[in-house]
Amino acid sequence: MAVEQKFRPGERVKVMKAYPLGHIRTPYYIRGCSSVIERICGAFPNPEELAQMRSGLPAQPLYRVRFAQSEVWPDYRGARADTIDVEIFQHWLDKAEAAG
Amino acid sequence: MSELGKYSPLTYFQLMEVSLRELLVEKGVVSDAEVDAVAADMKSRGPERGAKVVARAWTDPGFKQRLLADGTAACEELGLDVPALKLVVVENTPEVHNVIVCTLCSCYPRMLLGLPPDWYKSREYRSRVVREPRAVLAEFGTRLPDEVAIRVHDSTADMRYMVLPLRPAGTEGWSEERLAGIVTRDSMVGVALAQAI
Repeated sequence: MAVEQKFRPGERVKVMKAYPLGHIRTPYYIRGCSSVIERICGAFPNPEELAQMRSGLPAQPLYRVRFAQSEVWPDYRGARADTIDVEIFQHWLDKAEAAG
Repeated sequence: MSELGKYSPLTYFQLMEVSLRELLVEKGVVSDAEVDAVAADMKSRGPERGAKVVARAWTDPGFKQRLLADGTAACEELGLDVPALKLVVVENTPEVHNVIVCTLCSCYPRMLLGLPPDWYKSREYRSRVVREPRAVLAEFGTRLPDEVAIRVHDSTADMRYMVLPLRPAGTEGWSEERLAGIVTRDSMVGVALAQAI
């Protein structure tokens, strides 16, 4: 039992800028950032629900999203090609417009 | 040693672990023997498992391809059980260097590398390697030119990552066993390079 997958690899997404309480697996530093889906990892029980002793079902699609370091950290001092990959559950992602 | 005889009380989390374990045993949920067996099993696993996978990938291009496509299935070929969670193997190339972290806790490919070193679990490593990976790598003695892109992987959810290091020059014709001997834990986390010794 899984939620239908909304995004495809290569598609541009934006991580929700939300700050709910509880056991959240979306790191604080990546909230509000936009980038491209690198791969689909499958669907897994929602950890926010599991932490409340619930089933976590329907399972949420999980993606790896690859961000440019220079976009995540405005003062990043490293090569422009440097990236960071983060696993993000679908319910934390919105469709994003093409990079401006 | 000067440390001998020093009294060190349990930390909050150690005390919590002992209390929880004793309660579980008292209520018959698990036995002491079961807890000991799991702990012994975890301690018996070390980075030589990951090294075996890397050495095979260095010598068998077909295996490498399968490993990068599906880490869990490829490890099963070598008789290594990589349960439940999916393993993602990321390949270092002359253009790309990968490094692994878990900023939220300390997720680590224990099934291939054993227990994580303390620095991997430290707040310093976890907070800094995402933000200034080149500075952190330099502190490990790994200095990479700007032409090599650094790809950090934050294990935030259900995947576990292992780096497939670049096979060093000067190891041509080496046996798989000899190659496995130069694959270090740190090179599979991505803070070091594999080096011919």
